[in-house]
Amino acid sequence: MEQQIGLWVGAFLTMGIISFLYKDNPWYKLTEAIFVGISAGYWFVALFWDNIVGKFWIGVFDRGDYYLLVGAVLGLLMLMRLAPKIGWISRWPLSFVVGAISGFYLLNYFSSNVMLQVQSTIMPLFSPQFNDPLFTSSAGNIISNLFIAGGTFTGLVYFFFSKEHKGAFGGAAKIGIWVIMITFGASFGYTVMSRMSLLIGRMYFIFGEWLNLIG
Amino acid sequence: MIRLTIGNENPGCELFIIGTRGMVKLLNFIAPLLLCTVLAGFAVAQDVILPSETNIIDSAMVAPDGSLPLGISNLIVRDNPNDDGNSIWLVWDKSPDDDLGKITSYIILRAESREGEYSRVGDVTSGTTEFFDNSAVDGVEYYYKIAAVNSLHDNGQLQWEMQAQSDPAGPVKSSAQWFDMRRFNVFIGVIFLCSAILYFISKAKTGKELFIRKIAGLDSVDEAVGRATEMGRKIFYVPGISDMDNVQTIAGVTILGRVAQLAAEYETWIEVPVCKSLVMVTAKEIVKEAYVKAGRPDAFNDNQVHYLTDDQFGYAAAIDGMIVREKPATIFYMGSFYAESLIMAETGNAAGAIQIAGTGQASQLPFFVAACDYTLIGEELFAASAYLSKEPKLLGSLKGQDMGKAAILIFIILGLILESFNIFQMSNWFSVR
Repeated sequence: MEQQIGLWVGAFLTMGIISFLYKDNPWYKLTEAIFVGISAGYWFVALFWDNIVGKFWIGVFDRGDYYLLVGAVLGLLMLMRLAPKIGWISRWPLSFVVGAISGFYLLNYFSSNVMLQVQSTIMPLFSPQFNDPLFTSSAGNIISNLFIAGGTFTGLVYFFFSKEHKGAFGGAAKIGIWVIMITFGASFGYTVMSRMSLLIGRMYFIFGEWLNLIG
Repeated sequence: MIRLTIGNENPGCELFIIGTRGMVKLLNFIAPLLLCTVLAGFAVAQDVILPSETNIIDSAMVAPDGSLPLGISNLIVRDNPNDDGNSIWLVWDKSPDDDLGKITSYIILRAESREGEYSRVGDVTSGTTEFFDNSAVDGVEYYYKIAAVNSLHDNGQLQWEMQAQSDPAGPVKSSAQWFDMRRFNVFIGVIFLCSAILYFISKAKTGKELFIRKIAGLDSVDEAVGRATEMGRKIFYVPGISDMDNVQTIAGVTILGRVAQLAAEYETWIEVPVCKSLVMVTAKEIVKEAYVKAGRPDAFNDNQVHYLTDDQFGYAAAIDGMIVREKPATIFYMGSFYAESLIMAETGNAAGAIQIAGTGQASQLPFFVAACDYTLIGEELFAASAYLSKEPKLLGSLKGQDMGKAAILIFIILGLILESFNIFQMSNWFSVR
């Protein structure tokens, strides 16, 4: 019985969301309000049990990880904005978060987005590996290597902001944006196909599980 | 000393073991002599280091003659360098029998004194010559032995096992290091980049004009805010679904400052629906400051920046509803977006709003390119705050980053030439562990 109720509620809400394809209507508004309200409540409870209880309370009082108190104090400072006179204190934890995150990610992004990217781009163009005899790669691999090297080079040129895109530099930047757009096209097609599987899942729920029209 | 023992790993063979215990005692007496002779002959013939101690464990059947493997040699134990402690690095030369297929695994044994009781801390497959013991306690002295193992399993049951243990190596203590020297190249790169940025910031502060090329998406910000003013409608600013621990969100809320200032100057209502509490607090501060900068602190309303839900699709559904009901003239999507990007951008497009998007999420950029009027691609999002504000500090930073890109372009060209013609493997300079 509970399962049947759940099924009907699920179908009602799914149809409500899909009804947005026609136009904004009361059914969609109701579904949207339920979705937003329930998800906000769910996340409040989830974050409370995960962070305040799971990480802070158990961490400090069960495991004795007293350094977590620093985070708790910063969290409390955030609440200072509720008192208008000392609301400015809430900027301290914000500054801490933004500063610490920027510093922390500087190294991570530099490693992954710069160093490793350059390492992958620098490769022998005409042989499978360094020290292999020249022109031992297949024609397909050589073209692929040239495309990767040229695409990365021209793509980088496009993101160069200090020089006007004119002349040969502008030509390279134009090739770069073409490479980027071709990549976007491929990515678009791939993602649309993967989204189709989500649609199929919902359609299966409606026509299979709810209406029993497909086996 | 060579020792022959019988194990009792298979409970079913208990009677058999009791029955053969007398025989084993006899074997224990004779076997050392026999094995010593055989192994000494092997050692002389093959010029290898003999295991100092050999265990032969027979669980169900007697190992065939010649199953005893030769041990490993040159065991070196060291504190694992460049780590945060609690790890010891072991390296050895594999047993000569490894290539002959006579080794099934190596067992790593550890004790706290040379003659103490060695316990197993791990094992690796044959052919392996390295092991990291990550169960060490910093400051405690350890000794290690490696047992080369030859064994036979039948249907998961151990039939027999023979081990040749190496001499103990040690003592060794684990400790933490302040610096990971394997990432020295990252340090050099970051120092170069930061120096370039600081140099250009100081140059910009002296009043020297720094050239920044035109970025179409950003030039349209004024036009988009102006359009909302002319139409008398709202501006929506969506800062993405990530928290403040994402640099794209930080970039997004930085641009929000400029957009909010323009909106305040034009007396146009800007609304910022957010899905993370920390983003809400930050965005409120930024919008409030922008109104103060525009000389209209009284026009700021706390409800301009409001929370919807942490849920990705709940957030998308709510924004869709807001777009169709309130019909904003302009929508900005600046920050980190995932699958909700097309849902929101398509609704905004259908509602006839002018849309400007910017994200570093490569997988979502195609959707914004398809559905929005202007899109800031990746780095353009990070350049936006400098471009819009023209502040010397930000412009200098952008210029410094360009120097970093120029250096990368030079390294790529040089590296491709050197590696293609087998002159020098420059890619190793950029290897990061």
